[in-house]
Amino acid sequence: MSVAAVIDAPAGRQRRVLPGFGLTMGVTLTYVGIIVLLPVIALFLKGAEIGPVRFWDIVIAPRTLAALRLTVTAAALATAFNALYGLLMAWVLVRYRFPGRRLLDAMMDIPFALPTAVAGLALTALFSQNGWYGQLLAPAGVSVVYTIWGVAIAMSFTSIPFVVRTVQPILEDLDPGLEEAARTLGASPFQIFAKVIVPAILPAFLIGTTIGFARSLGEFGAVIFIAGNLPMKTEIASLLAVIRLEEYDYNGAAAIALTLVAIALVLLVLSNWLQSRLTRRRVPA
Amino acid sequence: MTPATAPAALAPRPDRRAQWLLVGLAVALTMFIVVVPLIYIFWRALSEGLGVFAQNILAPDTLHAIWLTSVVAVITLPVNLAIGIAAAWLIARFTFPGRKLLLTIIELPFSISPIIAGVCYLLLYGRQGLLGPVLAAGDIKILFALPGIVMVTLFVTSPFVAREVLPLMQAQGSEQEQAALTLGASGWQIFRLVTLPNIRWALLYGAVLATARAVGEFGAVSVVSGAIRGQTNTLPLQIELLFNDLNTVGAFAAATTLTLIALMVLVVKTVIEGRTR
Repeated sequence: MSVAAVIDAPAGRQRRVLPGFGLTMGVTLTYVGIIVLLPVIALFLKGAEIGPVRFWDIVIAPRTLAALRLTVTAAALATAFNALYGLLMAWVLVRYRFPGRRLLDAMMDIPFALPTAVAGLALTALFSQNGWYGQLLAPAGVSVVYTIWGVAIAMSFTSIPFVVRTVQPILEDLDPGLEEAARTLGASPFQIFAKVIVPAILPAFLIGTTIGFARSLGEFGAVIFIAGNLPMKTEIASLLAVIRLEEYDYNGAAAIALTLVAIALVLLVLSNWLQSRLTRRRVPA
Repeated sequence: MTPATAPAALAPRPDRRAQWLLVGLAVALTMFIVVVPLIYIFWRALSEGLGVFAQNILAPDTLHAIWLTSVVAVITLPVNLAIGIAAAWLIARFTFPGRKLLLTIIELPFSISPIIAGVCYLLLYGRQGLLGPVLAAGDIKILFALPGIVMVTLFVTSPFVAREVLPLMQAQGSEQEQAALTLGASGWQIFRLVTLPNIRWALLYGAVLATARAVGEFGAVSVVSGAIRGQTNTLPLQIELLFNDLNTVGAFAAATTLTLIALMVLVVKTVIEGRTR
């Protein structure tokens, strides 16, 4: 990145009219460098220091594998529920008018607004043996607290808004004329849904589920209350990383953290790719 | 097949039952997973009466946690505002090589889970971390103390203000600011009299979101704080501590304060959205 290239670029010269370039550039770079980049670089340096063989040994150690498997499985369960529930909520909120609709819409923001520790506390107490839900489930022999189901429920709660809030605007913008046309051409409601609505909302729906899945994988606060955190059974991967840190096993912590970052990165690239497809599709309209 | 008359096509009768079924299902599920947990927080906190509730809130460790969380919020708010404005101004008003990369880095904390952020901070500043020996030599305490808690909170909250302000500044363009420049306004005057009035609602909204997050952050802070009772325990950590002490009612009492803040944020959001539309 040479300075000459900046000055030569016609757009650069035209835009550099306003004051404050040097100041905002200096402040932003310094701040982002110290607060964001330096710690992330520390993680990658630590990871590089471990070496591929030991890194692999840490990742495939039984306890790490069990934690990763639990995290991914529970996140998948949570995402499956949120995909269906989110789609239902987006549909109901956009297509139907009924009393209390705006309140129901506002409820969709609660999971983001509520601190995760509070959510974890409330869900754990609700599902524990003497909680409101736990009392109902106990006679059926179902226990949620300290099981993978509890982990999945906590993950699901904290990532509820993703699918709803990505699908909702697309559904709102959808031209009703398309459905009209399909109907006049003799399409059944199911055909209209499958052939008109689904293709329109699919990219947004996939972005919502992908980001929601990523969020579930990284969820910590809500999960550790309800999980019970038994090694090999209900211990999530990010907690294991913290435990390794507390044992001064920095290599173990770095390897697990890097694995989680790598998964998150893949999901981020996937959602960005979907996003670019989505915008390309929307431009001609 | 319905006849192609417009009213019939707009309001097909058989959909009615499906509609109520879907609305009913949506309401029931939302009650189950969102509304009941919300109500349960207050119910459980007050389950042993107002007196016990007040006692729990006023317990010295809980009060200290509220104090520490307030201190963190008061420090992070102005920093987030300043950095958010600087980053938005830089990216919206200038083109330079690496602009997209910088934007990606600014938004990076959104894709790194807070708990990993905490791990990163420990790997950097911890005793065996990258800068650990330097800090030990200089007797500088970052981890398990206020500086670490504040820094990791800044990591987690740093994209909020820029994310609200940047799209708005890009959409508004810089014509007004350039006009002010040709009329002889200084940089500070341009910002205060032209830019700031245009972005104030987005700025306020971003600040509210960042502060709410700073107050409620758990994962990142739990790694770097060391959770020393009455010293480095923020309010969300205090909730976990009370819960582990089997003082569930106390934990819920502490949780009500955070829940009320969350509900206030939602009200502010609704008001601001009403203003900007």
